[in-house]
Amino acid sequence: MDTTQGTPAMMDDTLTLPRAADGAPRIDCRNIKVFYGEAQAIHDVSMTFPDRAVTALIGPSGCGKSTFLRCLNRMNDTIENCRVEGEILMDGENINDEDVDPVLLRSRVGMVFQKPNPFPKSIYDNIAYGPRIHGLANGREDLDAIVEKSLRRAGLWEEVKDRLTAPGTSLSGGQQQRLCIARAIAVQPEVILMDEPCSALDPIATARIEELIDELRNRYCIVIVTHSMQQAARVSQRTAFFHLGNLVEMGDTNQIFTNPREKRTEDYITGRFG
Amino acid sequence: MTDTVRTSAPSAAAAKHLKRRRAADGRFRYYGLTAIFVALGALAVLVLTIGTQAFSAATYNVVKYEVTLDPAVIAPEGANRPADISRNVEGFYSLVRDELLTTFPEAEADRVSRRELSDFVTRLAVLPTARLVANNPELVGNTITLTAPLNDDLDLYLKGQGVKERKIKAGTVSSVQGEEDGTFRLAGAEAFEAVVTGLAVASVDRAEDAGQPDVLLTAGVSTGRLTDIDAGSARMELLTGRAQDFAQARPTARIIVSAESERTISDRQIAWVLALKEMGRVDRVPRWTLLTNSDSTYPELAGGLAAIVGSLLTMLITALVAMPIGILAAVYLEEFAPRNRLTEFIEVNINNLAAVPSIVFGLLGAALYINFLGMPRSAPLVGGLVLALMTFPVVIIASRAALKAVPPSVRSGALAVGASQMQTVFHHVVPLAAPGILTGAILGMARALGETAPLLLIGMVAFVGDVPRSPTDESTVMPVLIFSWSNNAERAWEPLTSAMIVILLAFLLVMNGLVVFLRRKYERRW
Ligand SMILES: Nc1ncnc2c1ncn2[C@@H]1O[C@H](COP(=O)(O)OP(=O)(O)O)[C@@H](O)[C@H]1O
Ligand SMILES: [Mg+2]
Repeated sequence: MDTTQGTPAMMDDTLTLPRAADGAPRIDCRNIKVFYGEAQAIHDVSMTFPDRAVTALIGPSGCGKSTFLRCLNRMNDTIENCRVEGEILMDGENINDEDVDPVLLRSRVGMVFQKPNPFPKSIYDNIAYGPRIHGLANGREDLDAIVEKSLRRAGLWEEVKDRLTAPGTSLSGGQQQRLCIARAIAVQPEVILMDEPCSALDPIATARIEELIDELRNRYCIVIVTHSMQQAARVSQRTAFFHLGNLVEMGDTNQIFTNPREKRTEDYITGRFG
Repeated sequence: MTDTVRTSAPSAAAAKHLKRRRAADGRFRYYGLTAIFVALGALAVLVLTIGTQAFSAATYNVVKYEVTLDPAVIAPEGANRPADISRNVEGFYSLVRDELLTTFPEAEADRVSRRELSDFVTRLAVLPTARLVANNPELVGNTITLTAPLNDDLDLYLKGQGVKERKIKAGTVSSVQGEEDGTFRLAGAEAFEAVVTGLAVASVDRAEDAGQPDVLLTAGVSTGRLTDIDAGSARMELLTGRAQDFAQARPTARIIVSAESERTISDRQIAWVLALKEMGRVDRVPRWTLLTNSDSTYPELAGGLAAIVGSLLTMLITALVAMPIGILAAVYLEEFAPRNRLTEFIEVNINNLAAVPSIVFGLLGAALYINFLGMPRSAPLVGGLVLALMTFPVVIIASRAALKAVPPSVRSGALAVGASQMQTVFHHVVPLAAPGILTGAILGMARALGETAPLLLIGMVAFVGDVPRSPTDESTVMPVLIFSWSNNAERAWEPLTSAMIVILLAFLLVMNGLVVFLRRKYERRW
């Protein structure tokens, strides 16, 4: 703990979580199949996500990237007629087990959406909401500290510290998206899922988010869906290419972009389809 | 290469098509405007007719009288506790009647005129005075000035509505001579020329067999009836006051076009009310009693207080039942219920329920609440429950629409930080939908407030003279009161009915204003 600073906001340890044993994957997906009613959207995908690294999911639109991402925090549960089969291991525990509470799971696996969706509440309340419902803060000061820390981590503190009571929706699009990232960080997740987090943003805002993702990589296991191959190349260490609900190829980002093993991957990244 | 901007149609056929399309556009705009004007016109007519009627009922004429509160009359030995005094209508009324008889001693002559004079003020009109004295016993024995509403027919006459008459200024009367039969001969050069002309005109308006219209001549507080009128002289039967008042005066003649048998007030009553007015004892004052009195069989005493309180109690019950049930049902159906055959069936039937004619709910209420569950008839409790049945489908439909309008991104945002579904719904979705939900609920309530038919069936149409004190007391509501009043034959009820309609509309306006306010204040964008 940083005792010289002494402010509660600097209690870094409070947000530091157990990390997976070195080299061990944070998430291990085995034979995932997803169905929307009769239609199968994901065909038997097995893959792992390393801790403290960014994994990018790429592929043409409609190939099931979002669907697969939603398996990781069981957001598919909230979609009527969506059914998930297979095992997803986090810390050796299958999150698809009946007795896993999806609500608790989602506090461990945060999510950021394509369109920034801050709550129509104040900036402060946007961040404080998660910690409040999970009982993470003892009293107001503690909560203030969590809010400040989360906003700092999301690189938004300096911009909003003077107007924490302003509505979250009054921020610009890029700021809103960082607010959503801060909101996800505030509940101390181990994993952060991002579904095309920059597709609604302008290039400058996009660059800021990408920088942020790069910083966050040191603390979290990050999975990002993107339709931009440049973005995948810039921010990720691992890349998985999906096509028609199948995982076509998975590997180090460098290798995927410079030396793909599969013909379909090469066609996609060279812009021949998609 | 330059792009040319295409301003004219490329071919004749296309040009024709374009022209037809423009014509259709223009026609549509014209139809729309017409529709709007028709609607506005209808609204204007409604507002004007009801508004003017209600305006005339917003004030009424009261007569002032000075009386000595004689303890022997109002608080006789053995009946002088406040409770006795407040119930001593006869005693107080005799004070008013005697005072009027002192003012117009000629009414003592026969029973008919005595009754005509005592009709000026209704017996029950002294009740407020009795209560006042009962609450302030120190007034007993004092001489005080009081007011009482004038009989509705006289009130209408003073407002120029009850009796058709033509007012003519006569010439100077130079001499007044008493005759043997008690009448007077008035003479003056061309004093009655205008009256003779007026009579000729008035006769045209009258039925063949109605005979000559009555002509009343007024000078100051004195009024007489004229006969044998010619340009220079007339015979006068003195109705009230003194004959000398007419000497050297220019009296006012009134040709009463309606025959005395067709009117609700007699010539003598007209004479007296004119005299009271001349004495400055008649005031036209705001009719607060419309809001502070309850229903009465006398229009001048009738007010809507009992009905307003009845309406409020009924609405309270409706709100307490329909809002929680409606809102919770909507939240469950929209946010929690699985989509299956059963919920679909329920959904369809809620929509059907909203379309059921309200009178059916009245029948249902009478059968279920009164006959089966044995609840009291005519009570706001039952009325409120019946209206709740009618209102809650509306609340459900409006609330579901409001919940649907909350973007799914808010739900996923909350779920993604680990909120349970219940937390998501109650922390995020419902607050965002609240203005819409409240809007729907208030509009449903406004509809219930104006509902008449179902309440007739559960007996809320009974005459209610007392303000209900609890939801189980006998009661009526505003629209039903309007319905009852509009069924009354006397002419004075007509403006009263309009005034009550305006009061009801004011309530509805307040509710709709609340809706607009909520929308403005809490409307959010996301
Ligand atoms: N809620 C849903 N109901 C039914 N089908 C869906 C639903 N969401 C996605 N799908 C289908 O699943 C497939 C994958 O969709 P998605 O995961 O959104 O693709 P991506 O994110 O890669 O563009 C698509 O064919 C899509 O039509
Ligand atoms: Mg997607």
